[in-house]
Amino acid sequence: MAAAVEPFPGEAAGRSQGVWAAAWTRLKADRIGTFCLAVVAAFMALILLSATGLVAGGWQVEKGVPYANPTFLGDAPNIESQAVDLAAPKGPPVDISDIDPLAPKYDEWGKRAAEIQTISPPRAETLPFGGDRWGRDVLAKAIKGAQISIFVGVFAAVLATFIGTVLGATAGYFGGRAGDLLEWVYNVFTAIPGILLIFAFAAVVGRGIDTVILILGLTGWTGIYRLVRAEYIKHASREYVRAAQAIGASHSSRMFVHILPNISHVVLVQLSLLVVGFIKSEVILSFLGLGVPIEMVSWGTMLAEAQTELVIGKWWQLAAATLFMAVFLTAFSLLTDALRDALDPKLR
Amino acid sequence: MDANLVSVRDLRVSFRLGKTRIVEAVRGISFDVPENATVALVGESGSGKSVSAMSIVRLLPDNAIVDPASRVDFGGANLLTAPIDSLRRIRGKDITVVFQEPMSSLNPVFTVGFQISEVLRLHLNLSPKQANDRVIELLTEVGIPEPKARVDSYPHELSGGQQQRVMIAMAIACEPKLLIADEPTTALDVTVQRQILELIARLQDKHRMSVLFISHDLGVVGEIADRVVVMREGTVRESGPVEAIFADPRDAYTKALLACRPRLDVKPKRLPVIDDFLAGGGRPIVVTEDRVARPHEDKPLIEARGLSKIYRLKTGLFARKSIPAVQEASFSLWRGRTLGVVGESGSGKTTIGMLLMRLTEATTGEVKFDGTDLLRLTDAQMMAYRRRIQIIFQNPYASLNPRFTVGQILAEPMKIHRIGASDDERFERAAALAMRVGLAPDSIHKYPHEFSGGQRQRIAIARCLSMQPEVLICDESVSALDVSVQATVLNLLLDLQDEFAISYLFISHDLAVVKYMADDMLVMHDGAIVERGSAEAIYESPQHEYTRRLLRSIPAGYRPARG
Repeated sequence: MAAAVEPFPGEAAGRSQGVWAAAWTRLKADRIGTFCLAVVAAFMALILLSATGLVAGGWQVEKGVPYANPTFLGDAPNIESQAVDLAAPKGPPVDISDIDPLAPKYDEWGKRAAEIQTISPPRAETLPFGGDRWGRDVLAKAIKGAQISIFVGVFAAVLATFIGTVLGATAGYFGGRAGDLLEWVYNVFTAIPGILLIFAFAAVVGRGIDTVILILGLTGWTGIYRLVRAEYIKHASREYVRAAQAIGASHSSRMFVHILPNISHVVLVQLSLLVVGFIKSEVILSFLGLGVPIEMVSWGTMLAEAQTELVIGKWWQLAAATLFMAVFLTAFSLLTDALRDALDPKLR
Repeated sequence: MDANLVSVRDLRVSFRLGKTRIVEAVRGISFDVPENATVALVGESGSGKSVSAMSIVRLLPDNAIVDPASRVDFGGANLLTAPIDSLRRIRGKDITVVFQEPMSSLNPVFTVGFQISEVLRLHLNLSPKQANDRVIELLTEVGIPEPKARVDSYPHELSGGQQQRVMIAMAIACEPKLLIADEPTTALDVTVQRQILELIARLQDKHRMSVLFISHDLGVVGEIADRVVVMREGTVRESGPVEAIFADPRDAYTKALLACRPRLDVKPKRLPVIDDFLAGGGRPIVVTEDRVARPHEDKPLIEARGLSKIYRLKTGLFARKSIPAVQEASFSLWRGRTLGVVGESGSGKTTIGMLLMRLTEATTGEVKFDGTDLLRLTDAQMMAYRRRIQIIFQNPYASLNPRFTVGQILAEPMKIHRIGASDDERFERAAALAMRVGLAPDSIHKYPHEFSGGQRQRIAIARCLSMQPEVLICDESVSALDVSVQATVLNLLLDLQDEFAISYLFISHDLAVVKYMADDMLVMHDGAIVERGSAEAIYESPQHEYTRRLLRSIPAGYRPARG
């Protein structure tokens, strides 16, 4: 069917608009995209503030009573915070001073203990979004956790995407021997159960944030490799690539200047999926004790702690981590979608 | 042909694009399809001819809006408002459709027999045995060899022409009253096209059905139609009996369409284009002066000898099968002259261009360019020659990188070959080139998708010109364009040849275009050159049997004395 092809109005007039400037114009026109950009930017600002210690610097301070109630649920009973009263022994007290060799010292120890008695600061009964088992502020934890989780998720995804794209482009574009070799590597990687691979890496490299990023990046590139390879096989024989070859463009120019922008939507969508997936993987790794170190907090460690709390009805740690994660990941996914549309001059 | 089988009245169809935009594709057209007659809808892309025809059976995309005042009367009912159930009884039985692309219209996972018998079982309630017999009868009727064996073939086992025959068999299975044929021969080779046209004409006559034939090609239409409806931009420009349209066209657009197609008998310096007719108020300025070819120089610019390309397929663990794409091709290309290469699909004509460019590596042979054998050069040495030989591909929609602006597309080759001192200078040159090929100077800031097919092909031409090539390979470069646009692009190519003495290797399946463009000619068949010589000589006295067959197949348009 012959549809009428019309040049679309808008940026047709006027001076040159670079690819990025044009993309920005298009992104601004996308209401959901702009909103998501704002959300993601807010998260990034939050991360920056927490990294510099301005916000949530004191997340480790035990400011509340254990399992402090959220402020909005102030009067809910909190039996876990009450000091455990050992029941007084039944029956009349028995005086054993006569046979107790330490009896003469009790008075003296009592006096000395009174001299060095510490004053523990008063603990808050409620915290903005509740407290955890030690009375730490869940909100502060969630913010600090966002820093670690997003850092890990984004960097691991970027690493995996980079590896997957470069290898996929090479395999798809050149094919032949190079392609076979990379397919072989890919098959070996996917044949090993993922969790085993992660254990192996963790055992070799040790524990820490950088390890988590490395592990996830080195094990997570296979899916994107496969997709990018398929796209390159398809595009390498397209006429515009042939035309580039005809004018003498080099292999690397054809691979990365000509083809890559045309398949960038695949890469971007995969990147966003990987960020989501890796934030979740970090949870699992932390749960298994291979994730972030014990002195740090991430959404993953929060979720791991939340399991035991949920049984006794303390839902706020789970809610805080989930809410932060859901908002960020949704905004991030929608933003990558909007970005893909904005970067594609063919779509409106 | 007395009563009207279908009458379309005041048909308006719009398409919803995006959230707010509505584009009107058909703007209130009316026409009739009489009984037992062939009516042709002719027009260029975007004229609304397919949309009009598909509206009859309501096979429109979901975003189409048909104006409620439109009417399509068939058998006493308005098909546009008929309930979908009764419409489904009509579709495939009383009104059937044959589409352009037989390959994608047939389901690849079912045998052709199954697909034809499906129609019979749906509409006529035949038993499987009866249906099978009828399928064989139909396949015989549409001229498929060995119909009994072919019933169980899958679509990919048939050639393009045979697939289209299967589609036609499916369409006539229930003895329809109206057959809608939407560009049924456009995707086919010219010799196959001839057979399909003859088949449709024969079936129309035999079954006394009506045919609504949609085509962009007036040559084809003139051969098959009884009545012609010329459409442009959603309106009917002119309609009438075929002899009136061809012998005495009233409308300026119809006149232009008839004139801008290259003809076999004359070779004017410049082809008439639509604007000549529409702007001149029906009094076109027609150039009648003949085009003169540039004389041969002492030595050819390119001399190819024994050029072969053989593909080897693995057919077993050790077994290899050789498939020759080009065998022992030898030819010369002279400076400032055009060498036409004609042949049908699979004849190896495109491979020849690829071999010259070294976009495909030749198996054997040599290509002497100014005395240097291109095929022996290393990639680095080849770079110097890359800019001297350039290629324009067939599909202007695919050959431009959609992520580059026109400026970037034009500046890139200059950058690679270090033409121009700075990026600014290159962009200045790009703007000048854009103007030279007839684009607006500000187009260098736009993206390819903002241009029409003809404009894109101009961009592709400008990209080649940016390197000031001596040889330009035009690989079916105008085949995807509308006739009127084709004429303007061909005129541009001729002007450029005059100006820069560029040699063209003009590859096309379209014999009329090659006849117009070429000074010398090669005819290819199954990878071999079967005939060579000057274009005039080949067209006037073809020596090879295949060449004669090709020339006989060219749609001749309307001839008063057709039988």
